Amino acid sequence: MLEHLDISQLSWARGQFALTAMYHWIFVPLTLGLSFLLAFFETLYVRTGNEQWKTITKFWMKLFGINFAIGVATGIIMEFEFGTNWSNYSWMVGDIFGAPLAAEGLFAFFLETTFFAVMFFGWNRVSKGFHLLSTWLVAIGSNLSALWILVANGWMQHPVGMVFNPDKARFEMENFWDVLLSPVAVSHFVHTTSSAFLLAALFVVTVCSWYLLKGRHVVMAKKSLAVAATFGLIASAFVGFTGDESAYTAAQVQPMKLAAMEGLWDGEVNADLVAVGIVNPGKKPGDNMDPFQLDIKLPYLLSLLANREFNSFVPGVNDLVYGNAEHGVVGAGEKIAQGKQAIAFLAAYKQAKDAGNTEAAQLALQQFDQVKEHIGYGYLTKAEDIVPPVPLVFYSFHVMVALGTLFPLVFAAVLFFLYKGTLQQQKWFLRAGVLSVFFGYMASQAGWIVAEVGRQPWAIQGLLPVGVARTQLTTTTVQMTFFMFLIIFTTLLIAEVRIMTRQIQNGPEGE
Amino acid sequence: MGSLDLSQLQHLWWLLVSVVGALFIFLTFVQGGQGLLLTMPEDETEKTLIVNSLGKKWELTFTTLVLFGGAFFAAFPLFYATSFGGAYWVWMLILFTFVLQAVSYEYRRKQDNLLGERTYELFLFINGTVGVLLIGAAVGTFFTGSNFTLDAYNSVTWHNPGRGIEAAFSLFNLSFGVFLVFLARVLGALYLNNNIDHAPLVEKTAQAAYKNLLYALPFLLYVLLRLVTMKGYAVDPVTAQVSLVKGKYLANLLAMPVNGLGFLLIGLVLVVLGVALARFKGSRQGIWPAGLGTVLVVLAVFAIAGYNNTAFYPSKIDLQSSLTIVNASSSHYTLTAMSYIALAIPVVLVYVAYVWRLLDARKLTAADVLVKGSDEKY
Ligand code: HDD
Ligand code: HEM
Ligand code: HEM
Repeated sequence: MLEHLDISQLSWARGQFALTAMYHWIFVPLTLGLSFLLAFFETLYVRTGNEQWKTITKFWMKLFGINFAIGVATGIIMEFEFGTNWSNYSWMVGDIFGAPLAAEGLFAFFLETTFFAVMFFGWNRVSKGFHLLSTWLVAIGSNLSALWILVANGWMQHPVGMVFNPDKARFEMENFWDVLLSPVAVSHFVHTTSSAFLLAALFVVTVCSWYLLKGRHVVMAKKSLAVAATFGLIASAFVGFTGDESAYTAAQVQPMKLAAMEGLWDGEVNADLVAVGIVNPGKKPGDNMDPFQLDIKLPYLLSLLANREFNSFVPGVNDLVYGNAEHGVVGAGEKIAQGKQAIAFLAAYKQAKDAGNTEAAQLALQQFDQVKEHIGYGYLTKAEDIVPPVPLVFYSFHVMVALGTLFPLVFAAVLFFLYKGTLQQQKWFLRAGVLSVFFGYMASQAGWIVAEVGRQPWAIQGLLPVGVARTQLTTTTVQMTFFMFLIIFTTLLIAEVRIMTRQIQNGPEGE
Repeated sequence: MGSLDLSQLQHLWWLLVSVVGALFIFLTFVQGGQGLLLTMPEDETEKTLIVNSLGKKWELTFTTLVLFGGAFFAAFPLFYATSFGGAYWVWMLILFTFVLQAVSYEYRRKQDNLLGERTYELFLFINGTVGVLLIGAAVGTFFTGSNFTLDAYNSVTWHNPGRGIEAAFSLFNLSFGVFLVFLARVLGALYLNNNIDHAPLVEKTAQAAYKNLLYALPFLLYVLLRLVTMKGYAVDPVTAQVSLVKGKYLANLLAMPVNGLGFLLIGLVLVVLGVALARFKGSRQGIWPAGLGTVLVVLAVFAIAGYNNTAFYPSKIDLQSSLTIVNASSSHYTLTAMSYIALAIPVVLVYVAYVWRLLDARKLTAADVLVKGSDEKY
């Protein structure tokens, strides 16, 4: 299947997926978080009958609508891109992967879309109670869509609940609940949605800090901030807690990703956690180069993070590539050899079956069953292929965690100054506050880089390398669509930012 | 449901995919309305009315398209893998027109929107014409076939350097696409006719529905004529061998007197009836018979493409690589699990219908869109 692997086409296809996914991810977290904030604001309005809360709701809703439109625009591409650019993938795992995607459409998008219309057009057409319900349903619908897509993604990080069907040469679902409730899916879902709540709260901080600096819409800004900062603070706790859980599951099911996140080349017992570091970019598996040019380590913490035990062994990149008999780590080379056998047995099985030789087919199938676990490795050429780009994953992870530690402090400070009634005097703090959402975006995008780049070369961890997953297209074709996406999305992004800024400058109506 | 066998599930899922496809084509009244946007309104008020009326519904159409993709992925993954990668350019261009549509309603009249009002209107027009045309061309390949082969591992190789562009150069596919464009306009006009209380528009939309039906007719006739005379891709139920059979689709129509010929004829009559009601009786309810008619016609088209031992995605160069609802489907387990999920379809239909009625209980009027700070935000 891998005869005509065209590396440059593969890179462009990956680039295109990364481009479109990262664009989608600019708008999605804001939708996820802002939708709940709207629901909170409107609940306060309905509860208190205070028209100010209605003005606040309508103001943030306007910004929500502007963001939502482009979120949807970038989403539809993702839905079809698996077919257009990853067609072997779509065939080999469609039996499992398609299900959450379809469920997402049915359970989540329709809820979101239908009640979105009520939320925007219904103020004077439906009752107050029904309107509030609609706003809540939009929030629930958006976050349900996150659930289903993250179940799909979680399955790619840690495939469970399926068997390989040799006759069809594809994976088939065996247990829907295993797919849905996989620990990776669950921790990804909670971490991702709470990180989105956090980001939306930072967005409110940005906008309101600016208003307070300018002395405009002060009452509205403070009220919005009180709700958003509380929400953000709670979300931060979830982010930290589930982020730790994500790292733990990564250690269990994707040890190479964890090694890359930590820049750990040689496994250790009592492994230290690198708090800050500059990695040696030229380092390759098996060489003697120092992993770090500079680093500050926290003793033993990595072992704790990875295995919940101080004196446990954490495998490094080299252990995973070359094996480590002492600690029972099987090297990739061995797995590749087994994988190649599996592929050969599968071919023998097919041949025998086509020739009508049942006996030989049975034999080949038995042999295949013994080595099939590592079939995905059979498509790789050398053990070093299993190493993702370590510096990128390392820095992304560290940026995310550093910011993740900082954000709760920001929210706590906002709440503290609000409580003291001195927020408006904190000029330096408000100036920094204006920048906060940009740091939120940085952390958020970095998170996905850790998750997705960290699992390279696998499209499906251990089963399907990206090279096999792709559609056979020419480089030029993919390049053309890559640039079309780049131009269209960038143009629309600029339009969105300008419209958004203008609406923020205009401020809420009727104040 | 747990007791259905694989073949029954495959038939059920072809039906479900057809239903979603049929609802989507009905909902392209949004695209049809966008197609009328550049020519029909005479002043700003009329234009604003049209945009706001469509603006409440566009997401529904969009989401139905998304669900259509998802349902195909889950139920017939081999089709999803084969068609989207093979007809790469057709699908990409369709998607691009929908990307442009998605932002246009929201951004068209906002200050500082970079591209200007006219550009966003042009985007809507492109989506309403080119988008629908290409969807028609893509569906046309259900009958005219594509150039691909599958190997022993079901991995696809395409033999069409144009990567889907060629699909748009078949007269049959093209006619099908043009027919859908005019049908969408008929539906769009009837929807606006129903949704807006503004005397000049009521008059003009009834007229537009009638005119576009007339434009659609020759293309429809050509498509039907070809359909009943062309060779079709028949599957031998025992050996699974695919062969070209003369009059296959005619035979399918006759073999399915209810959901084939019946739906097709009744559907077409209902569409004509809807237009006639609006044009000659001054009724504002034409969209309902026409919409139902559209759904029936599309169901018939899907039925003759996929049922009765027919390959629904034929390969022209290697007949045996053709996709059928049997060889392209998901496993028994997945189809069963998905069938439980599909129980949500009626629930979704009910709340969508409920909200639709609620929001449209009072028709849109010029007063609605002229008041500053009203809910009509586009
Ligand atoms: C505002 C955004 C944000 C912030 C502050 C954090 N994260 Fe995060 N992180 C994400 C946003 C994010 C994300 C975008 O939502 C990701 C990408 C994939 C996923 O599941 O969530 C992610 C992934 C992700 C992964 C990779 C999961 C995997 O691929 O298996 C780990 C290990 C962490 N995070 C850990 C943390 C830790 C320990 C944090 C410190 C408090 C942290 N994250 C803060
Ligand atoms: C929206 C947030 C997401 C972001 C920002 C993101 C980011 C990325 C990036 C940066 C890559 C390129 C990695 C590389 O090639 O080195 C990638 C690849 C990919 N991602 Fe994601 N991803 C996101 C969500 C998802 C989800 C939810 C899925 C599946 C359900 C997914 C599936 C894939 C696939 C199939 C590829 C291509 C194959 C590969 O390169 O691994 N991504 N993504
Ligand atoms: C590769 C994976 C992904 C695919 C295939 C995908 C698909 C889509 C599609 C088709 C839409 C438009 C839906 C509509 O018609 O309303 C959409 C919007 C949306 N998606 Fe994604 N998506 C992906 C990644 C994600 C991720 C990772 C999340 C959240 C964690 C997410 C959350 C949302 C939300 C909340 C929306 C609503 C619109 C908005 O962004 O404002 N998606 N997505």
